[in-house]
Amino acid sequence: MRQSWWKILCIVLLVYTCTAGFLGGVPVKPILNETIRNLYFHVAMWFPMMIFMFISVVYSVKYLRSQRLVHDWYAVEFANTGILFGVLGLITGAVWANYAWGKPWSNDPKQIGAAIAILIYFAYLVLRNSLTDLDKRARVAAVYNIFAFAMLFPTLWIVPRLVESLHPGGMGNPALSSKDLDARMRIIFWLGAIPGWSLLGLWITTLRIRTKKLEEKNYANA
Amino acid sequence: MSSLLTLITRAQEIPPSEKTPAMADAMRSNGKIFVVVAVVLIVLTGMFIYLIRLDRKINKLEKGA
Repeated sequence: MRQSWWKILCIVLLVYTCTAGFLGGVPVKPILNETIRNLYFHVAMWFPMMIFMFISVVYSVKYLRSQRLVHDWYAVEFANTGILFGVLGLITGAVWANYAWGKPWSNDPKQIGAAIAILIYFAYLVLRNSLTDLDKRARVAAVYNIFAFAMLFPTLWIVPRLVESLHPGGMGNPALSSKDLDARMRIIFWLGAIPGWSLLGLWITTLRIRTKKLEEKNYANA
Repeated sequence: MSSLLTLITRAQEIPPSEKTPAMADAMRSNGKIFVVVAVVLIVLTGMFIYLIRLDRKINKLEKGA
């Protein structure tokens, strides 16, 4: 966790994303105009969120198998970062929707799905805080985390893609299709934005985990 | 909802005689787009300085007593 190569890579990728994001060429689309550039900032929040929620549930399962509390710490800190990215995704989406669709919240299926998914993770945090016994907290939270992760799929990926939606991808249409994006955007998105934001989330999470480990060590020695 | 979808899909069929959608070409031509990039990079730099300092502090705590 102390290695710096991937942190330097994170800085390089995010500087590239934010520079090319504004100066790079984009397709000219009605209604979207320049806001299509939000691909690198709003759409890019959801992929790191999925990655961190996946890592979180892996650590929850590891905890259930090992009963080692450190796995629980990893699980909650990755979930925290995932929740942060999810909330940022919702807020940036509402700002974008205000200008592209006329109002910040349209009860669009994907908006509602994302709100539900994140509320389920908020409940994970509330559940944790309601249990004072550390092992019970870790065990119950780990089981709930598996449910919360599983719920990401119907709420974010399945139901919004089946029904009519303001978001691209509704009713079975392709989401990041070749009609909306182009190769220039895809490069900045997949090689810059997604790895850049993901590495940033990983950096923040590892700092939190390292801090937690230090706190627990001091507490044990106190 | 379906009328909005209709509007969006029909808007994609731009007849050749109509203007293309407005983009920020004015900002590009007068150089102000670089101000946008500079502001974003300043925010990013501030965030990275914070993270690097925090990382170094934690390094020190992990190594020391």
